[in-house]
Order: sequence, then C-alpha cells, then structure tokens
Amino acid sequence: MRAIEILGLEKVYNAGFWRKLSKRALQPLSLVVEEGEIFGFLGPNGAGKTTTLKILMGLVFPTAGSARILGMELDDPSMKTQIGFLPEQPYFYDHLTARELLHYYGQLSGIEAKQLSRKVETVLEQVKLSNSANVQLRKFSKGMLQRVGIAQAILHDPKVVFLDEPMSGLDPMGRREVRGLIEDLKARGKTVFFSTHILSDAEALCDRVGIIHQGELRGVGAVAELTAGVHGKVEIVWQGSIVPAGIRTMGAECRAAGETMRVVVPEENQDAALDALRREKLRLISVVPVRSSLEDYFVAQLGAPVKSEAISF
Amino acid sequence: MNSRVFHIATNTFREAVRDRVLYNLIGFALLMSAAAVLVGQVSIQIERLVVINLGLTAVSLFGIVIAIFIGIGLVSKEIDKRTLYTVLSRPVRRWEFIAGKFFGLSGTLVVNTFFMAIGVFAALAYVSHHLVSSDIGVLVALYFIVLEFIIITALALFFSSFSTSIFSAIFAFWLFMIGSFAQDLRNFAAMAHGVTRWLATGAAYVVPNFSALNVITQVAHGEPVSSQLILLNTAYTLVYSIAVLSAAVLIFERRNLK
Repeated sequence: MRAIEILGLEKVYNAGFWRKLSKRALQPLSLVVEEGEIFGFLGPNGAGKTTTLKILMGLVFPTAGSARILGMELDDPSMKTQIGFLPEQPYFYDHLTARELLHYYGQLSGIEAKQLSRKVETVLEQVKLSNSANVQLRKFSKGMLQRVGIAQAILHDPKVVFLDEPMSGLDPMGRREVRGLIEDLKARGKTVFFSTHILSDAEALCDRVGIIHQGELRGVGAVAELTAGVHGKVEIVWQGSIVPAGIRTMGAECRAAGETMRVVVPEENQDAALDALRREKLRLISVVPVRSSLEDYFVAQLGAPVKSEAISF
Repeated sequence: MNSRVFHIATNTFREAVRDRVLYNLIGFALLMSAAAVLVGQVSIQIERLVVINLGLTAVSLFGIVIAIFIGIGLVSKEIDKRTLYTVLSRPVRRWEFIAGKFFGLSGTLVVNTFFMAIGVFAALAYVSHHLVSSDIGVLVALYFIVLEFIIITALALFFSSFSTSIFSAIFAFWLFMIGSFAQDLRNFAAMAHGVTRWLATGAAYVVPNFSALNVITQVAHGEPVSSQLILLNTAYTLVYSIAVLSAAVLIFERRNLK
C-alpha cells in the first residue's frame, strides 16, 4: 500500500488588509511515498516543506488537490491513530512533566489505560529521557524537547511518522541519536517522512528524496540514483609539486595536498593530462571520476528554471 | 462527555491550577472577604449587608478576571506556541478541543468559586456568629455567579478562536461591562423609536444579560430569589453558552493554523 499519496496539492494564502494579495505557498504538488520508506523532503527555508506537512496534518486546508495517508482521507480520525507528527521547533505544555505529557498524548491517541504506562516508559527509555521523566518541560533543554517530541510522535506505534526538521537545533550527539531513532523506525517497518534542509542527514538516512523550492517540486528520486550521476569530470592525483605545462594550459585549478598535486579536468582532456604527466615523468597516483553529491543535485535543481513537471528517477 | 473532551478538560484544569497567578487572584478575593468584616464594623447592624455585598462582589469580579485572562489564551496561546499541532495531529476533532477547553476552564472556575465561597461564609459566620436560613440566598447568588463565569468563559473562548489575546480580552471585558447593564439597555430600547429601537433591541438580546444574574444586592437584604428566576437563568446560560460555543466551533473548524 502507498503510505502517502499527494495529488495536485495547492495552497494560496490571501494576504493584505482586504485579502486581495495572493501568495502561492504551494504549486500543484504530486508525490507518492511507499510504505517502509524513509523519504526526505528537502528544500531551503520558505520552500513549502512545512506548509505541505501542515496540510497533511489537517492544520491548514489546501486551496486545491487532495491527499491520502494509508489510503485514508486527511480528515479521517482513524487515519490519525496511525500517524505521528513532530512539528518544527516543538513546544509543549511546560507545566507538565515529560511523563505527564506522554500520558496526556497517549490518552488523546486512544491508547488503553492498562497499556499506556508501559508504552510511556518504553518510549522514555528509547529517547533516553527516563531520568528526566518527572521534570517539568519548562526546564528542558532544546535537545531534550526535541527528544520528547519524537517520543510523543512514536508513542502510539504509528505506521507513518512525520518529522518537520527533526535535527533542528541539535548538537552533533543529539543529531546522531535522532538519526539512530529514525533508522530504528525503518528497521521496524515504519514509513518516515521528514523535512530538512541539512543534506548530509538526508543523504545518510533517506531511501528517496524530493526537492521543493518556491512551492514547486523540482525533483524526486532515490538518493543512490541521484548521486550516481557522473559529472563528466575526472580528478587526477600525482606525486610531487610540479604542474606539467600541458595541464597548466588547460586552465584547470591545481591544488597541493601534502606531497601530491590534484587537478579536476573534463573527461575529454583526461588522456592529454595523463600524457603531460608521462612526459614530465611524474608518478601518477589516481584517476577518479568525479560523482555528483546530493548537494550538487540540490543546488542544480534550485537554480533550474521553473518546470511544469517534476523530474522523476 | 467523550474521553478526548474529558482529557483535554483535565489538562486545561491542571494547567490553570499550576498557574501561580490564579492563587494570587484567589488570595485577593479572600482578602476582600476579610476586609468586608472590618468595613462592616464601621456601622452597627450592616455587617451582614457589607460582608455579603463585598464578599460576593469580590468572588464575581476576581472570577471574571480569571475567566477572561485564562479564557482568552485557551486557543490563541496554543496556536502561538504550536502546542495545538501535536493535539490536532491526533484523532481529536476541533470541536472536541473547544469543548474540552470550555469544560476545563469552567471546572477551574467552579472549584475557585467553592474556595472563595468558603471565605465569604467564614466572614459571614464571624459577623453573624451563626448562619441563618436567608443565607441560602448567598448560595443562589454564588450559583448565579458561576453561571456568569460559564457565559464569560464561552465568550472568551469564542474570541480566542479567531483573535489575538489582547483583542479577545478587550472584547470579552467590553461585553461583560455592557452585559452588566443589559436591563438598562432593554429599557432604553423600549423607549426608543424607529431604527434606534431595532438596533438597541438587537444589541440588548445579543449581549449577555448579566444584570439578570446579579442578585447580590437582593440577597444582601435578605430577600429570597424565586425558583422561577433560577430556572430561567439556568436555561438562559445553557442556551447562550451553547450558541456562543457553536459559533466558536464554526470559526475554528475552518481556521488555517499557520
């Protein structure tokens, strides 16, 4: 079954005193996420990531289009028992302790009273907050709030988990822990849909990513496929500090790295560069094709002109 | 009451109880009841009058302040702080959220009134040395004060569902002031003519009729309150509150939570 199906979702806000100025937050967006995937929704700030998530959560109403989660409509209460949501920079009832908060959310999610205490203790253990369970949330650090946020999102064992910028504001240890939690969710067969503008996290975690910019989906595909593309360049590394004349005339920038020199040249110049090294009797160390990174693909999509259809891989 | 409404109400009650501002206000109300004892000693034989008048007015005034200042933030604060997002992403309908908030704050105010009423009866027992049968009127007056709180809570929640806290406070307080003079407004409407009469009559029925719920002076003078008035005021409060809450739900159901 498809975990998430988005069909032509659109959002236009009416702004201004007389509500005559329209601001398009989301172009018609169509997207499918299969069950069991970790899907990264990438984009710069203001791209429309949070708007999309809010529409899926029923917090904002779309101007046009529709979406289904696990085959159910967005306003179906039984669908909501199957999903978990962590908003961006979460803030919770600061008069409650972590344990009280999770109990409250568990009650709202319909978890039976006899199971609730056990589930609360289990997720507190999972997010490493057992020792702080009786501390009021107003005393929690940002990282601790983020972990409580993840705890409340997974407490009721949902099939699909939506995370809006889950690494936001976390230190490297915190980010590592959240990454571990997301991987654990995938191992348990959950679908994770998370938005981020930190590409390294997406590259490390996601099966597929979608890139959104100015409300428009610019590209969707498997991370491995998007980063497998060859740039059409090669990096040549040789020993020594001499730059042969033949390479110098190509105009390529050479960089010294310890006792070696390296240069990136177009593929068609590879043979000429290697000949230049041979003539100077320089020792070749490596010739490696330069691959695209997700960042390269991301930047390329952001810079690309507006398309009517998204690229799919 | 369905379980989600109950849990939201419980959480709202717990939040109010843990708010230190609430205790300051209750403390002030109890102080006023105690002060009534001193004021009453200024003149012989009016101690009861002063204690009931001042005590019940303190309960009413401080309760209204609590109802407005907690009520106006019930929805708007949750939107601003985004605590609402994790609630509505669960199988909680928007009307259940409004209903839960309403019952939570109403419950808080009933409990507050109970404690403040203890202060009033303690002051009354001190000046009278014993309670008399006409003191049952004080209970009726307190019941009517609770009905006032219910209406004001519904109004504060209504404004909170679409407005900011500051405007909600202004509108709610303004309606309370006008509603306290609702009978005068009706009298004016009866004497007016033409368009003015229609407008004044409309306004008189739209604003909550707090003047009918105010029997403090009557009770202070030992006059009984008719059971018909009790029934009418109860029915009026139910109908008015349901209408206002329904409007709040209608607005909130379609609101984009940015």
